[in-house]
Amino acid sequence: MAFDIDVRLRRGEQAIGCSFATDSGIVALFGPSGVGKTSTLNMVAGLVRPDAGHVIVGGQKLFDATAKIDLPPARRRCGYVFQQARLFPHMKVRRNLRYGRPRGDREGGVGPLSQDALINILGIGALLDRWPPSLSGGEAQRVAIGRALLSDPQCLLLDEPLASLDEARRLEILEMIGQLHRLTAIPILYVSHDRRELDHLGGDMVEMA
Amino acid sequence: MGLSPEEWTIIALSLKIGVIAVLAMLPVAFAIAWLLARGRFPGKLLLDTLVHLPLVVPPVVTGWLLLILFGMNGPVGRWLNTWFGITLLFRWTGAALAAAIMALPLMVRAMRLSIGAIDRRLEEAASTLGASRLRIFFTISVPLALPGIVAGAMLGFARSIGEFGATITFVSDIPGETRTLPIAIYAALQMPGNEDAVTRLALLSVGLSLGALLLSEWLVRRSGGGRDGL
Repeated sequence: MAFDIDVRLRRGEQAIGCSFATDSGIVALFGPSGVGKTSTLNMVAGLVRPDAGHVIVGGQKLFDATAKIDLPPARRRCGYVFQQARLFPHMKVRRNLRYGRPRGDREGGVGPLSQDALINILGIGALLDRWPPSLSGGEAQRVAIGRALLSDPQCLLLDEPLASLDEARRLEILEMIGQLHRLTAIPILYVSHDRRELDHLGGDMVEMA
Repeated sequence: MGLSPEEWTIIALSLKIGVIAVLAMLPVAFAIAWLLARGRFPGKLLLDTLVHLPLVVPPVVTGWLLLILFGMNGPVGRWLNTWFGITLLFRWTGAALAAAIMALPLMVRAMRLSIGAIDRRLEEAASTLGASRLRIFFTISVPLALPGIVAGAMLGFARSIGEFGATITFVSDIPGETRTLPIAIYAALQMPGNEDAVTRLALLSVGLSLGALLLSEWLVRRSGGGRDGL
């Protein structure tokens, strides 16, 4: 089972609930804004603690309310690409990419992909010595995807990564995500409110309402 | 203009006291700033008030409090003397302590602001990349707060070399030991016909403060500016 997720959270008046289990390598969380898609990703990543339920990714229990299991985010190995890239502004792109790796590890890639191959696919080879504040939205988001993948995650969480990009860039990055998924076989949980993105990506669709 | 040996002694002493006071207080000020910016604990308001006390209380009162605490018969002073053989009273170390206490509120304020301005979402991002709390602290939080740390240190230094009231109350005016620039100016003013000496010392004092301020501007720009000013 790639994802077995059942989380519930009360925030004031709003009740957030999301439950699905699937073997599909790509799961798309779909629904109008404000329905709790990002909160669900945060619960999977461990940034928000659910009131009840469980989070199981690739057979590993990351959270279980009844068994009192709650791994901290640092031990969940969820590569998280946020809506805004959240690159570290005081590190050049190169150091941002390697942040999720141990200190001495300068070369390691992800799965069968070498670091160089990943950088090639993402087309960020020319950006390695740039500072994040000087990148465009699309460039920053590609670096963020690379950084998340290079942390050698067991799943990839994408929170509307295309929200701030124009149409042409969107398709380009969607293609990249699909290609990276085929090459690394890392399961992807993808959040969007745009149905077309999800159709393009394929995989299972979970509708939140 | 050539400086007399006495003037060199005064400047060297002022710089030494200022540098030691700031370096010794830096970790303390950062810890307090961190607690005040991030912590939620009972007594936070009390700590906040206590830290700011030297800013609002007349310096002579702070000096008097130091005298009571760190004097020969003060609780801390006696303890330091019995166990470590350390005396602060009438020593340059005492002057450094007085300067550090007076600088503390300014240092904490600057650092607290910059700690409060750290984007917590970057720390979250680092945690999803597998970084421990300690690693996040040293690789994300501290570097992002660096401009405030530098600004706080420089403000504290400027305050330290300008310290007068608490210092003269606590460690008096001893040439070569506790006679810093402001105290030397005051001493020179006490003697008639000494206008030249006063003018020279006052100009030195202004020059030193200006230098510190310029250095701080430059350091702040360097620590935070390089990447933003692209």
